[in-house]
Amino acid sequence: MTGWKTVRGIAVPLIAVVIFLAFWEWLVWFNGWPKFKMAAPSDLPPAFERHWNLFLTMGWQTLWRTVLGLLLAVLFGTLLGMIMGFSRLMRDALYPLLVGFNAIPKATVVPIVALMFVGQHDFNTVLLAFMISFFPIAVSVSIGLSTLEPEYRDILRSLGASQATIFWKIALPKTLPEFFGALKVAVTLAFIGTNLMEIVSPHGRGLGALFDSGRTNSDFPLMFAVLIALAFLGIVLYYIVVALEKIFAGWAERAPG
Amino acid sequence: MQNLIEIKGVRHAYRTDAGPLPVLDGLEISVAEGGFVAVVGPSGCGKSTLTRLIAGLMKPDEGEVWLHGERVKGPRSTVGMAFQNPVLLEWRSILKNVLLPLEIVPSKLSKRQAEERARFLLSLVGLEGFEDKRPSELSGGMRQRASLCRALIHQPDVLILDEPFGALDAFTREDLWQTMHRVKEREPFTGVLITHDLRESIFLADQVVVLSGRPARTQYVLDIPSEGPRTLEDLYTPVAAEQLNILRHQIQIAQGRAPAEEARI
Repeated sequence: MTGWKTVRGIAVPLIAVVIFLAFWEWLVWFNGWPKFKMAAPSDLPPAFERHWNLFLTMGWQTLWRTVLGLLLAVLFGTLLGMIMGFSRLMRDALYPLLVGFNAIPKATVVPIVALMFVGQHDFNTVLLAFMISFFPIAVSVSIGLSTLEPEYRDILRSLGASQATIFWKIALPKTLPEFFGALKVAVTLAFIGTNLMEIVSPHGRGLGALFDSGRTNSDFPLMFAVLIALAFLGIVLYYIVVALEKIFAGWAERAPG
Repeated sequence: MQNLIEIKGVRHAYRTDAGPLPVLDGLEISVAEGGFVAVVGPSGCGKSTLTRLIAGLMKPDEGEVWLHGERVKGPRSTVGMAFQNPVLLEWRSILKNVLLPLEIVPSKLSKRQAEERARFLLSLVGLEGFEDKRPSELSGGMRQRASLCRALIHQPDVLILDEPFGALDAFTREDLWQTMHRVKEREPFTGVLITHDLRESIFLADQVVVLSGRPARTQYVLDIPSEGPRTLEDLYTPVAAEQLNILRHQIQIAQGRAPAEEARI
């Protein structure tokens, strides 16, 4: 019975993917779209083969910049969240600023950053990945901390525990589920940040730049191959976060039923 | 005999936007060593404020709180607390939850002794075999039992119970009352119980203090004499009915629903 369930668990999504690819292939064939107008799934393996080296080096560049931006976002976001979570005054002061900053579409920030730090492509890209992804982390940490029931504090405070002890023993672990929820959103956002900068910057590097060179040549197979590569990286990072969540906040998951 | 808990002329007001809101006004409570006092009163009369004062989590505007002949100026590790919300840490096993206070309070127990003590307390409240379970795997009553063990693990002098059984169903509650008696026999403590349940107060405590409506003062004190261990049947005797009647009447006075001239201390 369980064997059948595993087979089903793998087969059903697989069949769905195959149907999707077949439909895509059919759509391109049916409309007779040439390669400078649209790519079919069958065009992608040759595109990967032709630019194999580029995909590896550019993919790595996109990956490390995204991860670095994300790490900075985690550090800064957590710190900001702690400040806002513990101090009512700081929350009142910082929250409107934060919401305002988050409301600015980051695509408009790209040219500003690119102009300010001309030529520093790595720095710019990491900065954008960071700017776009720290917001959900800061908000979730601050909400997690500020909604801690007073009794949780009281059981430790009544024994003479310091604020730092209460934070490490209770507040921090208790916010972990919210934190990981935000991190999953932040991972996807960070990729958007990196790619915005890579695509827009002249002489950029990374998968975004590869995508842009495909665009200037109307090389649809290359552009779609980049999209697939980006999706692959995004999925890998997402599941790394899921694995970390299982390790550090697995307790928050309830057994079914 | 020296009184272990001594509350003298305590006055306290919360500062609100609409000006000071007095909650306690001339509170007098003393609990002998090993005694168990239940505090009852109308909703919102400041009972929880009282627990926070005894625990040293806040200071009264006026008056004094003494524990063991020492004036309470801040939190002290000789106090154990349990609330209506058991506030167990979901990421820890039940055993690790019970051991939590020993990570804060300096203790003479070795790690092994501490664990043995935790296991003993858990078995005392009927939770043996659940040491490695997560709180989310336990029922509400079981979580409250675990919370009680955590409050006792560091051998506090004073156990403060703030409506610990308030959210439980009637049968589970009666079960826990009996557990409390069993625990007190093996692990003597001086207790203050905040409750809304008059039957609970006369079953568990040897003295019931009725607080007046807000701002609360000590309105009435009823001694519950006891010969030998109490059973649930004791709650259905004429004596118990008489005690409950007195208390119910006092609560009505505190709520302002009965004339006050009969109030006495």
